Amino acid sequence: MSNNTIQLDDQGRLKHFLTIEHLPRALLVEILDTAERFTVVGDRIVKKVPLLRGKTVVNLFFEPSTRTRTTFDLAAKRLSADVMNLNIEASATRKGESLADTLRTLEAMQTDMFVVRHQNSGAPEFIAKQVAPGVSVINAGDGRHAHPTQAMLDMFTIRRHKPDFENLIVAIVGDIAHSRVARSEIHALATLGVPEIRVVGPKTLLPSGIEQLGVSVFHDLESGIERADVIIMLRLQQERMQSPLLPSGHEYFRTYGLTAPRLRRAAPDAIVMHPGPINRGIEIDSSVADGQHSVILQQVTHGIAVRMAVMSMAVGTQATNQ
Amino acid sequence: MKGSQSIEVEALIDAIGTGLESRIEKLSLDNVALIGIRTGGVWIADRLHARFSPEDSVGELNIAFYRDDFSRIGIHPTVEPSQLPFDVTDRHLVLVDDILYTGRTVRAAMNEIFDYGRPRSISLVVLVDRSGRELPIDADVYGTRLALQAGEHVKLMGPAPLRLEICATKS
Repeated sequence: MSNNTIQLDDQGRLKHFLTIEHLPRALLVEILDTAERFTVVGDRIVKKVPLLRGKTVVNLFFEPSTRTRTTFDLAAKRLSADVMNLNIEASATRKGESLADTLRTLEAMQTDMFVVRHQNSGAPEFIAKQVAPGVSVINAGDGRHAHPTQAMLDMFTIRRHKPDFENLIVAIVGDIAHSRVARSEIHALATLGVPEIRVVGPKTLLPSGIEQLGVSVFHDLESGIERADVIIMLRLQQERMQSPLLPSGHEYFRTYGLTAPRLRRAAPDAIVMHPGPINRGIEIDSSVADGQHSVILQQVTHGIAVRMAVMSMAVGTQATNQ
Repeated sequence: MKGSQSIEVEALIDAIGTGLESRIEKLSLDNVALIGIRTGGVWIADRLHARFSPEDSVGELNIAFYRDDFSRIGIHPTVEPSQLPFDVTDRHLVLVDDILYTGRTVRAAMNEIFDYGRPRSISLVVLVDRSGRELPIDADVYGTRLALQAGEHVKLMGPAPLRLEICATKS
């Protein structure tokens, strides 16, 4: 869908962050390295650096979100930007204003960056093509297409525990079909050189042709996580499934729920991740979600640093190209 | 590059070590902590640290997030982050850099230090105090003073051996 002529400037620097797909490995590593430097900001008395002082960031959420929006909000504030959170569902589009008109209104307020979540795939790219030069767009999740900052914070979390991407087995478990997180993660893992990426789930939740992304497909959880170093559990997105593709949550848990006995099939030092929010007792057992293998809360903390990195890189690129 | 010349760095480090010692004594600065500004300042701070008692703390500051030219040069994902392995609050700090020029780096460094806490005092120690200040900032201890033209640069090369190079760039 997107390509690098939109995301990168002529020197290959990040201008918008819409998708992981087609981004070079060096740029993903640069995001991780930059994020690493931002982690220390959260440990200080003043949890703020003045990089984006005087810049205006608008969080444009056409779809509800708690943790993504709040961590983007916090990331922008820790960079000293002025932030406005706009829940468009309850806003002007209800009154019939078109997306392009909403954007022009917000641009007239001298916005420097839009963070966009939208139920339609491609909406952030559409916005990136509409905005004035010098304005950045960050994709905070669009339809089933991409959620690049979530994927990068997951890569950051993996690298903290398992720095050698080229020797990892990573299993992504659950509702792959409805998951923009899974799609972005597969692209990121492949670009960073992970040799074995597995997707695990019932046939109804695995999109056809997923093998073409270079992943191996498992329908059985225990063999899917066998020897895995990293297990990424996805949320069962019940609200996105129109037809009853599944039996009850209880039934799903019996077949695909990650429990402590099943986790023993993975590598002894395996880490368990989940983008949240967790459905306890549906895709993951509480003892695993809160257990010693779980890095789920670290993912949230890392999300702030990764979003600070992406925002400062994009704004820096745009500012220097003015 | 032309007109390259060398300056004896070791003698300058000795001089600022002695200068810092007498300043600490004169002002009765107890329990000082050294903070080097990356990268040249860290090299000098490490050398000064060796001269002071081992319980003295030494920290490293990377001012990339505090530069006043972000909107002209963007972000530099280069060196290591700041590391201040001690509480700066109520501490006498000694800020160490290799070259004091416009004063902008020192301003950025002080801004960053105050985001870690409120120090009792900050002293500025530099190897070379060169002409060209753009801000009202002065060194408390310096190794040498150089009057250079706008197109001339002095740079500390290192970490071992430490060398100062002066060169004129075509501007």
